[in-house]
Amino acid sequence: MTHPSLDDRGIEVIIGNLLRAGVLIAATVVVIGALIYLSHYAMQPADFGVFRGEAAALRTLPAIVTGAAHLRGKSIMQLGLLLLIATPIARVMFSVIGFADERDYLYVALTLIVLAVLLYSLIGSGVA
Amino acid sequence: MTILAFTVLIALGSFIAGFLGALTGLGGGVVIVPLLALVFGVDIRYAIGASLVSVIATSSGAAAAYVREGYSNIRIGMFLEIATTIGAIMGAMIATHVTTSAIGIIFGLVLLYSAFLSARPQPDVPVDTAPDRIASALRLNGSYPAGGGMRAYNVHRVPLGFSLMFGAGTLSGLLGIGSGAIKVIAMDQAMKIPFKVSTTTSNFMIGVTAAASAGIYLSRGYIDPGIAMPVMLGVLAGSLVGARVLVRARTKWLRLVFSAAIVVLGVEMIYNGFSGKL
Repeated sequence: MTHPSLDDRGIEVIIGNLLRAGVLIAATVVVIGALIYLSHYAMQPADFGVFRGEAAALRTLPAIVTGAAHLRGKSIMQLGLLLLIATPIARVMFSVIGFADERDYLYVALTLIVLAVLLYSLIGSGVA
Repeated sequence: MTILAFTVLIALGSFIAGFLGALTGLGGGVVIVPLLALVFGVDIRYAIGASLVSVIATSSGAAAAYVREGYSNIRIGMFLEIATTIGAIMGAMIATHVTTSAIGIIFGLVLLYSAFLSARPQPDVPVDTAPDRIASALRLNGSYPAGGGMRAYNVHRVPLGFSLMFGAGTLSGLLGIGSGAIKVIAMDQAMKIPFKVSTTTSNFMIGVTAAASAGIYLSRGYIDPGIAMPVMLGVLAGSLVGARVLVRARTKWLRLVFSAAIVVLGVEMIYNGFSGKL
């Protein structure tokens, strides 16, 4: 039986701060995109009642980055949302390092399984 | 309605949802989809995509605060995330094969169940129990701050908890919610993990679970930045403010009111699902 050690707490605090930083960065990017988006479309009629599916430009990482580089508001907002999705994935990656540092190889393996599932979802769906 | 008015109203509604969700501990995510679909007439698929994104934001934003208190158990969280992430991918796959009416009905049932769970009395302090073989092998047992010292606890019924977590992940991926209520049930009822450890560890897991299905939703074109933007920013701001106020607020009547609202939304989701309005 093991109790969470001080090392464990140390890792958790770093991970907690990492998550908060990720959310703040993502939210900032979304706000920048929102300002550009609203400056163009604010007075147009809102129409979200019918599902059309997003354009290809907003569905994959390379297309979103290209759109954002051209300062398209929607692309920048979507880039911010992608950063937000990446934040918990970064957390899992960091946990792998943390467990390896503690020489807890059982949890290195379990964490790698979670990471593999997350990457499978992103790559298998064609986003990244 | 212009896009500007739509954006501002959705941000306001999401702020209130996030605020009440944090204050009552019920999470804001569960009311976002009915709010968007029933009140704003947004297609339920866009609503689910936006909700999923907001769930990641609140879970990740609150994690730092929970970690400092020392309740959450990262080993329990990480081990169970294997089940929730695989479940979430399953849920997102199922979502494309069922009608929006069916999703609405399932959503309504989950809303009613969440309200029922929140009305249940808070579980009391767990009794000391003998260590479980599987939990010990996986080093899941831990300790948490209680009454000025650290109190050790043993984890039980790991296979049952793991299976329930798979179900919680599937619902999360199917409906775009955090499934926090079901995660807590799996941990504190099935696995006998102390309530405070269960709730904080659950919150930690919600972001990773939602990230597993968010990529699938994004690639299918379910995440519209025009809707997800005000929802994410509103819920995030609301939950951060709610967490600050939480310490001072008397939440008993608030929980009651919020639970009543969830029941109304649940009934309406089921009704609209059956009448084919979603």
